[in-house]
Amino acid sequence: MIALLLRDLRLAVRAGGGFGLGLAFFLIVVVLVPFGVGPEAEILSRIAPGILWVASLLAALLSLDRIFALDYEDGALALIATSPLPLEGAAFVKALAHWITTGLPLTLAAPALGFLLNLKPEAYWFLFISLALGTPALSMIGTFGAALTVGLRRGGLLMSLLVLPLYVPTLIFGAETVRRGAEGLTTTTPLVMVAGVTAGVFAFLPFATAAALRINLR
Amino acid sequence: MELVVTDLACARGGVPLIEGVNFRLKEGEALVLRGANGIGKTTLLRTLAGLQPPLAGMIECTEDQSAYASHADGIKAQLTVRENLEFWASVHGTSVEASVFEAFDLVDLRERFAGTLSAGQKRRLGLARLGVIGRKILFLDEPTVSLDRFSVKLFADFLKEQHLAMGGIAVIATHIDLGLEAPELDLEPFRAAYDAGGSSDEAFL
Repeated sequence: MIALLLRDLRLAVRAGGGFGLGLAFFLIVVVLVPFGVGPEAEILSRIAPGILWVASLLAALLSLDRIFALDYEDGALALIATSPLPLEGAAFVKALAHWITTGLPLTLAAPALGFLLNLKPEAYWFLFISLALGTPALSMIGTFGAALTVGLRRGGLLMSLLVLPLYVPTLIFGAETVRRGAEGLTTTTPLVMVAGVTAGVFAFLPFATAAALRINLR
Repeated sequence: MELVVTDLACARGGVPLIEGVNFRLKEGEALVLRGANGIGKTTLLRTLAGLQPPLAGMIECTEDQSAYASHADGIKAQLTVRENLEFWASVHGTSVEASVFEAFDLVDLRERFAGTLSAGQKRRLGLARLGVIGRKILFLDEPTVSLDRFSVKLFADFLKEQHLAMGGIAVIATHIDLGLEAPELDLEPFRAAYDAGGSSDEAFL
């Protein structure tokens, strides 16, 4: 499993666009928002938690269709399926590799980008912690979506339609954590919900992903 | 170790292709599959490898000893030849021995990126994976596509000396003569009747 993780990370670095692409997209979306809604600091700081969370959702979505598509096309997926590596483990590792290349850089960079949206300094910590707990769920749900659409030509759009509704709970509780943090309220409940969604998703979806892959490999 | 296939029927995309296939292979034995394009050689091999369930019949073989190789080699263009092989070795819990590079004439290509190899060199790399993973039962789908005559001989030698002679089993679909002393199985007589598998609408007519 570690071999698969290392290979995926190495491919992400060598093929280019692995670490940088999602992050650059995130940056551009966040920079565009003030141009769209105007420079009033008060409005910006009110919408900042939602914008930052939606932007990280879209950035995670950007590279999802590559998770299995490349391995499917060159036949590596069939070889992995017939190797001693359990397909459930491969699904988990693929999600982990996706998180390391997109979710982790976003989490680390988000507080700096919160500055651009006039996010209150009190909320930086909550933005960081909610993204750290929430973005793994985005990667795992996305991996499941990628497995469902792996054999399809132009499956990317269909995958977005399947995956985005499943992102709703994480988005609601993630943004709520940041908003409450900015206003100085307690954040325990939404934060626990974000962590709960992530834990649940990682408990169930590797199995669902493996089942979807087996059907698509037939 | 044995590979026993009893009354096997396979389907592709819901269409039954072959039925009633029986054979038994012992250690050191190989079987060559013959038949026209579309007869179901690939489907049979994919079924044997466990990538799709059989329509009917039984496949008995030792657990976790089979490997599958098809036209698609699963080679990553951004990794070097050595890294590609090391990946498959560590997935299978083995290591890459230097003799594998010699057996498939890859010594000089070891540090080249796989994306820069020619079609035949890529094929050799794909086949070298079989020498790395240490599996005893091989299901090979047209292993010699895009290989020149010299490489075909290299591969045939590998099969004979390092696989079959060590007690391995191989089922090979191929259109050329590999020079193996192996029985041939022509799939033509096993072609499935059109409505086999109960997919007919007869009940509704």
